[in-house]
Amino acid sequence: MIARLLLGAALAASAVPAAAQDFVVNNARLVLGDGSDPIEGGHVVVRGGKVVEAGAGSASSATGLPVIDAQGKWVTPGLFAAMTDLGLWDVEAVDESNDTRPRGSPFGAALDVAPAINAASEPIEITRAAGITRATVTAYPGSTIFAGQGAVIDLGADPQAVEKARAFQFVVLGEQGARIAGRSRIAAHAALRNALREASDLSTRQDLSAAQDPRLAGSSAERPSDTLLTRFDAAALVPVVTGRQPLYVGVDRAADIRSVLALRQEFPKLDLVLVGAAEGWLVADEIAAARVPVLAQALLDLPAAFETLASTQSNIGRMQDAGVKVAIGGFWSTSTYARWETQFAGNLVALNKLPGAAGLSWGEAFAAISSVPAEISGMGGKAGVLKPGAHGDVVIWDGDPLELSSAPLRIFVDGVEQPLDNHQTRLRERYRTPAPGDLPKAYDW
Amino acid sequence: MRTRVTLALAMAGLLAGCATTGAGTRTAAAAPPADPYPSTYRAYPGEATALVGATVFDGAGGRIDNGTVLFADGKVVAVGGPDLAIPAQYRRIDGAGKFVTPGVIDVHSHLGDYPTPEVEANSDGNEATSPATPEVWAEHSVWPQDPGFTRALANGGVTALQILPGSANLMGGRSVTLKNVPSRTVQGMKFPGAPYSLKMACGENPKRVYGEKGQMPSTRMGNFAVNRQTWLDAKEYAAGDRQKRDLAKETLAGVLDGRILVQNHCYRADEMALVIDMAKEMGYKVTAFHHAVESYKIADLLRENDICSAVWADWYGFKMEAYDAIPENAALLAQSGACVIIHSDDANGIQRLNQEAAKAQADGRRMGIDIPDAQVVGWFTLNAAKAMGIDKVTGSLEGGKMADLVLWNGNPLSVYSRPEKVWIDGALMYDALDRERRPVSDFELGQPGEGDVK
Repeated sequence: MIARLLLGAALAASAVPAAAQDFVVNNARLVLGDGSDPIEGGHVVVRGGKVVEAGAGSASSATGLPVIDAQGKWVTPGLFAAMTDLGLWDVEAVDESNDTRPRGSPFGAALDVAPAINAASEPIEITRAAGITRATVTAYPGSTIFAGQGAVIDLGADPQAVEKARAFQFVVLGEQGARIAGRSRIAAHAALRNALREASDLSTRQDLSAAQDPRLAGSSAERPSDTLLTRFDAAALVPVVTGRQPLYVGVDRAADIRSVLALRQEFPKLDLVLVGAAEGWLVADEIAAARVPVLAQALLDLPAAFETLASTQSNIGRMQDAGVKVAIGGFWSTSTYARWETQFAGNLVALNKLPGAAGLSWGEAFAAISSVPAEISGMGGKAGVLKPGAHGDVVIWDGDPLELSSAPLRIFVDGVEQPLDNHQTRLRERYRTPAPGDLPKAYDW
Repeated sequence: MRTRVTLALAMAGLLAGCATTGAGTRTAAAAPPADPYPSTYRAYPGEATALVGATVFDGAGGRIDNGTVLFADGKVVAVGGPDLAIPAQYRRIDGAGKFVTPGVIDVHSHLGDYPTPEVEANSDGNEATSPATPEVWAEHSVWPQDPGFTRALANGGVTALQILPGSANLMGGRSVTLKNVPSRTVQGMKFPGAPYSLKMACGENPKRVYGEKGQMPSTRMGNFAVNRQTWLDAKEYAAGDRQKRDLAKETLAGVLDGRILVQNHCYRADEMALVIDMAKEMGYKVTAFHHAVESYKIADLLRENDICSAVWADWYGFKMEAYDAIPENAALLAQSGACVIIHSDDANGIQRLNQEAAKAQADGRRMGIDIPDAQVVGWFTLNAAKAMGIDKVTGSLEGGKMADLVLWNGNPLSVYSRPEKVWIDGALMYDALDRERRPVSDFELGQPGEGDVK
């Protein structure tokens, strides 16, 4: 009945948040996550749910904390997955369980994923077991080009997933935005500009401009008579147009990227992040000059659309070489599970052996799934790194974390050790031998 | 949002079914129809070559360290150790630190039928107008200029692949097996002598597609009823003189004769068991279940019935019938002695079948199932060839077989490795070190990204 006992522990863990443990990990092949090389014989100290120390050598025995001997294994910060749909569906193709596409809603920019996120969904549990401890979550556009406001979450086995609600606004241009806005990029740009101007207009109202959350502030419904946006949507864009909330723009084609960068001529305070940017390498110098960060998929190399004709796995490497701050991001369903981040990063390292390709060094590749996406997501110094003050998210691996054969052995989120079992592991144990024994399989749990 | 488009395609692909092999329960009443769209594939010129010093995985479970592989005139001549004599005129290629495997084979692809760019005008994978369309042939949809073929070659080392109709239909039509060699015509890619397969699909897709149209089947029991009646009608046709041409029944009669294999898209264990019984009832054999995410629950049944499972390493949860998918599926099958194939069903996944196999191997190892690298390589080479009926001529490195092989710049089960050179029938069709040995499809000529490393 080992399995039953384990289940009991797992239930307890998910029902009541465990207290953070204070501990030391010594004798680690330590990866800080900041792009630097691994440190042999390193250590990390976690106290009160935070990293208080990480670096070469062993932690002083004077700490008096419980010591985990990593026995030379890889120890890293928890990984950060930027732009996921984690917690928004149980089974993607089962509509009832899928909250990613609010197609029937009259709202766009005002939509907010935070209250919909289910921390106990299997996709979150399975993703956590791959060493991912933080993520940003977004929905997709429904009836407007605005997908609404995404959140930063942690993947800890407790009910409190949302770390920062309304962390960014997501709008799609390119082919997808065009299709929604009126079957033309022209229509999408008009819709975007109109929305930002309505928000600008609204932002001049005293009661909204100072509000922490303008959606909920202000009681007057008075607006010009020719508005298109609902008041809720227009108010939600006030933080965007005033530069207080980042605007993530989904766009792939080089020409579309240029049009996005040009938006700042009209709306100078926009805090832009490019999402996608499959042809980013063609305009890498311009992106770098504009100091706009990029969340790009790692391995796109097919002309899947006319806006991605120049797709190449060297996209991220070339952008980075040009000085763009770029992370691996955009994990939507079967073609890009977030738990494949390490595989994606490892593939970018592999490119270094191909003449003409632009890959990443090992340290850069790891940073592209840890500290860099965290920084772009507003969690710089807090997630994806082992440095004082960061979340106590620590993963001990059974091998090189970017290698296909490796997996986490132990995972801590905010200093709390996480369960590694889930629906899949239970099935695995039940069917170690497929044929039933003295009772049907249903009695084996 | 490219991923969404990719997903849509993947889901369309998931609609496609699996195939079964005919058990030959009845004697053929007439000669098979002549091959009306014959292969015009001819091997391109190659030179006699000796790969020396690499680690060789022969695809059949064998591993030779510091191995020697000789090939000439399009065929493997010999495979051995460092002491294997190399004829004087052979070009020597130093493989020290590198690895050699048979060419990678994908048993489940929709390249050409669902090509990139993924626009409606090019979407030719599902004849979703009737639940049983055994009369359609995938080769009549293949666009040979699909850039996906070149990526599968360069990044995946893919030398042969089976193109299947999608899974909207219970009987989606005939597959076609291709050599991954660019050609102006699909006939120029057709794998000489490869048998056809019938693509079948069970489960969610057919009942959804036709249920939404308000027609049968709209349930799983409807799926079986349509299938069984169609088979009964086909048996009647097959028992007759077959003189009146009926394209649908010719395909099904080919299955009943054992000439056409069956590739059956089927996720759930309980449904696979029912399909096995249906095949016995009707007198045919399932060759492989594809997307068989629950095979681990009936590994014993699959072994006893000699049916392969073509699986992903770790796709999970995208549809209801994938809710019980587990990453140890392949390893549990292998442990039970059942046939394992890693398949892609995806224009991206086909570029990394080796990596998917490596993940599946590692997940097995963590639960105590240790499968040697050499056996794992067979999951994306020889086992796929077996399920496609071409294992007598490719899929492993044995004297006399086609010289379809990949020289990897490291262990193919490592994320850090890539194909360095790929030969098909002894012709060097890809070389990472030579920009001129990199195919560019007509579609990409003169456009952004032309000839890039990709």
